[in-house]
Amino acid sequence: MFETLYSRFDRISRIDARVPATRLNRLAAGWMLGVLLAAAPLAGRAQDLASFEKRTTVEVLPNGLTLIVCNRPEAPVFSYFTMVDAGSADDPQGASGLAHMFEHMAFKGTKEIGTTNYPAEKVALAKVEVAYTAYDAEFRKRVGQDAKKLTDLKKVFDDAVAAAEEFVVPNAFPQIAEQNGAEGLNASTAEDSTQYFWSMPSNRLELWAYMESTRIGEPVEREFYKERDVVQEERRMRIDSAPIGRLVEQLLATAYVAHPYGRSGVGWESEISQVSATEADAFHKKYYVPANIVIAVVGDVSAATTMPVLEKYFSKIPAGPKPEAMTTIEPAQMAEKSVVIKEATQPFYLEGYHRPDYRDPDDAVYDAITDIFSNGRTARLYRSLVRDQRIAAQAQGFSGFPGDKYPGLFAFYAVPLPGHTADEVETAIHKELDRLKTEDVSDDELQKFRTRSKVDRLRGLDDNAGLAQEMAEYQTRFGDWRAMFREQAKDDAVTKADIRRVANKIFVASNRTTGRIEFTAPAADPAAKQTGAAQ
Amino acid sequence: MKNFGLRTGLLLPALVGISLMAGAQATTTQKATANNAAAEPWKKIPIPPLHDFKPPQPKKIVLENGLTIFLQEDHELPFVDGSILIKGGSRDEPAAKVGLVSLYGQTWRTSGTSTISGDALDEQLAQKAARLETSGGSATTSVRWSSLKEDFDGVFASTLDLLQHPAFKADKLALAKRQMEAGIARRNDDASDIASREAVELAYGPENPYGRHTEYATVEAVSLGDLTAWHDRTVVPNGMIVSLEGDFDSAKMEAKLRAAFSSMRRGADIPALDDRFPAPKPGVYFVDKTDVDQSNVILVGLGTDRRNPDYYALSVMNEIFSGGFGSRVFQTVRTKLGLAYGVSGSFGASYDHPGLFMVDAATKSASTVAAARAMLDEIGRLKTVPPTATELKNAKDQVLNSFIFHYDSPDKTLAEQVTLALYGYPSDFLEKYKTGIEKVTAEDVTRVANKYIDASKLAIVVVGNGKEFTSPLSGLGMVKNVDITIPPPPAGARAIQQ
Repeated sequence: MFETLYSRFDRISRIDARVPATRLNRLAAGWMLGVLLAAAPLAGRAQDLASFEKRTTVEVLPNGLTLIVCNRPEAPVFSYFTMVDAGSADDPQGASGLAHMFEHMAFKGTKEIGTTNYPAEKVALAKVEVAYTAYDAEFRKRVGQDAKKLTDLKKVFDDAVAAAEEFVVPNAFPQIAEQNGAEGLNASTAEDSTQYFWSMPSNRLELWAYMESTRIGEPVEREFYKERDVVQEERRMRIDSAPIGRLVEQLLATAYVAHPYGRSGVGWESEISQVSATEADAFHKKYYVPANIVIAVVGDVSAATTMPVLEKYFSKIPAGPKPEAMTTIEPAQMAEKSVVIKEATQPFYLEGYHRPDYRDPDDAVYDAITDIFSNGRTARLYRSLVRDQRIAAQAQGFSGFPGDKYPGLFAFYAVPLPGHTADEVETAIHKELDRLKTEDVSDDELQKFRTRSKVDRLRGLDDNAGLAQEMAEYQTRFGDWRAMFREQAKDDAVTKADIRRVANKIFVASNRTTGRIEFTAPAADPAAKQTGAAQ
Repeated sequence: MKNFGLRTGLLLPALVGISLMAGAQATTTQKATANNAAAEPWKKIPIPPLHDFKPPQPKKIVLENGLTIFLQEDHELPFVDGSILIKGGSRDEPAAKVGLVSLYGQTWRTSGTSTISGDALDEQLAQKAARLETSGGSATTSVRWSSLKEDFDGVFASTLDLLQHPAFKADKLALAKRQMEAGIARRNDDASDIASREAVELAYGPENPYGRHTEYATVEAVSLGDLTAWHDRTVVPNGMIVSLEGDFDSAKMEAKLRAAFSSMRRGADIPALDDRFPAPKPGVYFVDKTDVDQSNVILVGLGTDRRNPDYYALSVMNEIFSGGFGSRVFQTVRTKLGLAYGVSGSFGASYDHPGLFMVDAATKSASTVAAARAMLDEIGRLKTVPPTATELKNAKDQVLNSFIFHYDSPDKTLAEQVTLALYGYPSDFLEKYKTGIEKVTAEDVTRVANKYIDASKLAIVVVGNGKEFTSPLSGLGMVKNVDITIPPPPAGARAIQQ
């Protein structure tokens, strides 16, 4: 059924819902400026900036950590969102996947949680690192590697790992959270940031503050090498064994020549299989400093009683310098590039154009284009490719791929119908882009964008988890959570001329990277029978 | 507020996250217990009593014609969301026309009504940022809408127009069929999709309403007349539950709804579900997929339904077995053995038919058999290793301490009552569930494990790259190679390549 296919995109987009990097297209919270409120009165008590200002307190601790507490006392629960302003794009050269690896390690506990005897475990873990370093040095030898020595070193390492494991209480950290009613406990690593979140009954606020502050402040790299195996399985699942995962990884690697957005976020297999706990520790020291972290707590929490609790725990994290900003800026693309994967998978088409980062004055213009091209059955790509030309099952465009803290891509994709090719949908998408460059969008289209962005932002304001995420994101991105209420003014200011100007600027062949899967039956391979009869 | 309607699907593969799937091993949990509580500082953190909280319950109204209404006021934001569930779904469609209800659900809304086309309606709603969608599910079809409260009357009028004057159109049915056929053509591209589909089909049987799936032939067999007939048969007040949530006054809303629905005439009830559910035939069912380096392994059998008095004990067993990071499967397969990222399991309980008992993991090709063994061993240990006191307490704490999240927002309490009414459950089922969980003992868990769990009766589905396996699947049981070739469209059918 089509749902099967659709749900796959939906699943991916739900993961995306946790990613601050993508601008707030559909899940957005935020509201309009007071001026606009008069123009479109949507009376209500919980929806404007003034109402949120009354209920929201921000505090920057002496160590640099930013705390936001927003009171929404509908039920005795709270949600939190910890946002670390470092993600896969910050992985060191040669250690792609490290930010994500560290995120997994944040569930392994602390000096107090997950251990039967931390002082002894610490010694054992140090031995693991010594053994791993020795093994790794031999393993990486390009000339003169000694097989016997390698086997011996591996044994020393395995024994050290086993000795350290004696002190482990596996999964104690998430288990304590779950026993105390944590709901939606998870974390995610994006190119731009890493985030941790769950919801809990409000009487567990102090327990949460203890847990979160210690795992962020003093994580222990226990069971690192076993978790490395788990992360490699995650890579196999998301990339190696998934046709669209493979295509996307190749497309990004092709689109970028300098910026880390071109590297696999989950990590290249060779790198993620060789990364060490020492490297993870160094990553933590550099990027998990309080000055690089914003935590938002929303729900049945009042600042007067909550802030002192948060101060007590989060102040203990030692201060450190905010990491220096990245120097690399992706150079202008000089010529069109393409990736063609020929395999026994149904055709698929994806293309991307470089665009500026989220601070660009035209940021809202890209959102308008996304809305006009992709939002619902009145969208241009749906009407053109799906309804009228009957060549695609689905066609959309979106921005901020794979991130938008740095210049990302504006991407378009289409799922060709049986009997239709990637080339056909490519042509049809380009025709729509040409139209965008040569004709103004209609008044109706622009108005729909404004109305929907306004109303959809409003829809998000009654959800603790969503609000915590928005507040942490905006505080990180703009230095002020109130910025989420200023987005609407930017959307409302977008003009037809802006859209044509931006379209003419970025939707050009030399700025484009295309990726396609072309169905090719494997010759004389019995698997051909299993991969689809439609061709 | 509920989120429905069309979404923008984004492709963001660079994104990675810990997936909280299943999860322990009794011995490790015991280790935690052995740990001196004095060295567990989190236990000293005070947990004050939770504020008294009475979740607002929706108002229930049953009209003389059998139509049920639930009203839930929620004045936080200026929206009104509505839903109409209509009994009868894909499980009730004819075997030769699998896909009918899904096609109906799509075509109903996209076709529009006798006075406005679906395309024009799309435009009208988009301008108000309102939503109105129809869809087909397994037990019901549905109409759902959402708008700013000042647009309610207009959007509700469109909803009634759709209910009373649908205009199923050939071009929209063709469009829905094209999309469904694109899904059929692509259904063997992704290994995890293949594994889930085969597991469900094996557990329920290929002829069972829950086990069968669409084919080109069954999709092609659906006509406009079938959609109209389905509509006329199912859209009857005695099969409908109307629920609204949002910024309105219940008394005024009740009057509007009575005016809208009271004149509807009763129709025939949807016949009860055929309740024959034979268990799957044990064995290893293998699909060779040459473009993957990871195997999807699923162990599957039948679960239970929530009317079963053992449901509470089974729920606790479920938590111990696969309920989270601390659970046995997660602890063993992921944490201890490092064999999988995604590992999950559940002894499923549906409302009116058996759910699925399913344990699944995705593991590198070389460890396919080892992972399957580890999962089977954990299933076996459910019977041989009774829950420790800690495991039992942890499992119950997990359920009970997060219980508030069943009703921490008005739309959740509303959805709960709608579901209970749909399946004929008592309205206090959630409270009963809580009390039931509280009473479960370790003996209960062992008893139900012995009664319901038998690893040797499960089907094992493996979708993976056979040439990369390092030990033969036959070590797990009799291997049957599953042919997943997609049957081509029937001769003479409308060409799909139009």
